[in-house]
Amino acid sequence: MNFTASKQPENCLLGPESDSQRTLYPYVTGTSVVALKYKDGILMAADMGGSYGSTLRYKSVERMKPIGKHSLLGASGEISDFQEILKYLDELILYDNMWDDGNSLGPKEVHNYLTRVMYNRRNKFNPLWNSLVLGGVKKGEKYLGTVSMIGVNFEDNHVATGFGNHLARPILRQEWHENLSFEDGVKLLEKCMRVLLYRDRSAINKLQIAKITEEGMTISPPYSLKTYWEFSAFENPTQGAVGSW
Amino acid sequence: MDLEMNLNASHSMGTTIIGVTYNGGVVLGADSRTSTGMYLTDNVYVCRSGSAADSQIVSDYVRYFLHQHTIQLGQSATSKVAANLIRLLSYNNKNMLETGLIVGGWDKYEGGKIYAIPLGGTLIEQPFAIGGSGSSYLYGFFDQAWKEGMTKDEAEQFVVKAVSLAIARDGASGGVVRTVIINSEGVTRNFYPSDKLQLWHEELEPQNSLLDLLNSSSPEPMNI
Repeated sequence: MNFTASKQPENCLLGPESDSQRTLYPYVTGTSVVALKYKDGILMAADMGGSYGSTLRYKSVERMKPIGKHSLLGASGEISDFQEILKYLDELILYDNMWDDGNSLGPKEVHNYLTRVMYNRRNKFNPLWNSLVLGGVKKGEKYLGTVSMIGVNFEDNHVATGFGNHLARPILRQEWHENLSFEDGVKLLEKCMRVLLYRDRSAINKLQIAKITEEGMTISPPYSLKTYWEFSAFENPTQGAVGSW
Repeated sequence: MDLEMNLNASHSMGTTIIGVTYNGGVVLGADSRTSTGMYLTDNVYVCRSGSAADSQIVSDYVRYFLHQHTIQLGQSATSKVAANLIRLLSYNNKNMLETGLIVGGWDKYEGGKIYAIPLGGTLIEQPFAIGGSGSSYLYGFFDQAWKEGMTKDEAEQFVVKAVSLAIARDGASGGVVRTVIINSEGVTRNFYPSDKLQLWHEELEPQNSLLDLLNSSSPEPMNI
């Protein structure tokens, strides 16, 4: 099983270890989420894969969900923890609506709430094993932020989780600019997702792109990207290697 | 930030379990290394894999809760409720449990549904689900041969074939194939002993004794 045998010395001041739980490692995981600000709001992309170790086990996992009226949450990492976070947020939004005061939680507030949750769990050595991307628009103001499983949070014009940080962000740093049109934003995200598809072994070729604007949130149906493999070096890999075939 | 994640946690669990929807209900199937369809309520069954103790205790608790829920509700529980109860237990005790479950049932609101609850406590609704150590050998088979909208008999034959294929290759699965069909009409349990299943690659027709072979066939059967 997955117990770490605890051996406390007799004179230890720690309480019984069975009192506290700790998440040791994730089981079913989602890979990168990439998001950027564009003219009318936020665009976010994530594939629909739920990996189980090296097996690409689940291929229809929706890793982006609307939160309230103004926000969109994308998650990578352990899917069961993401499902639990959605339940927490459900409750948060419910209580917010029950005030019935005309106000509603915006993306900045939701992001802050998530940051507190993630950081506090980290302090208890029982993290929610996710990297989250929270984007939204409220009263014309666009917001895009991210929180990691240890509570590191920041906002930016474009963010990504996991491999996206290494593969997608450099592309975004070069090519992102203010007031991208919807089409340019989608093309830019697809460029990032294609690179991830080529290079991230946990990525699958089935993704969704979500958009959130002042009007609300829409999420595309699942679709696949075309890829190119007809390089001569692939077709004739042994060109230069004398004696191989 | 990645604190030594056990990313290759493809945990082997000694059985093969399958759940499949068809047009009208669900079919659950398993080998006999597990007691297949554990009854949760009249119309909802669960396939268990992993630690026998863990999966039993989770099923027992859920049966207990569902029973109370049914009394309060005044009608049969739905498969969604059963699945969510299993998820609650699996998720909140994730550090201590090692069990992967497949919940299948039929209710009047949503018809036949299959829910997979793997290690960790993720709840995922699917048209079909596979689990247990034997399932590793079935991903390719399902990718190729599964289709939506099968009839009851097609679905059952499909499940039997799948479990049988898994038994052929997985050392931890074996014995017989058991199926449970759940639909609006009720529940049907079936049993397929191995000698009734078709033979796969490199498997031979079982004989009573070598002597039968020697007697029946032509000269020199001992010559290979």
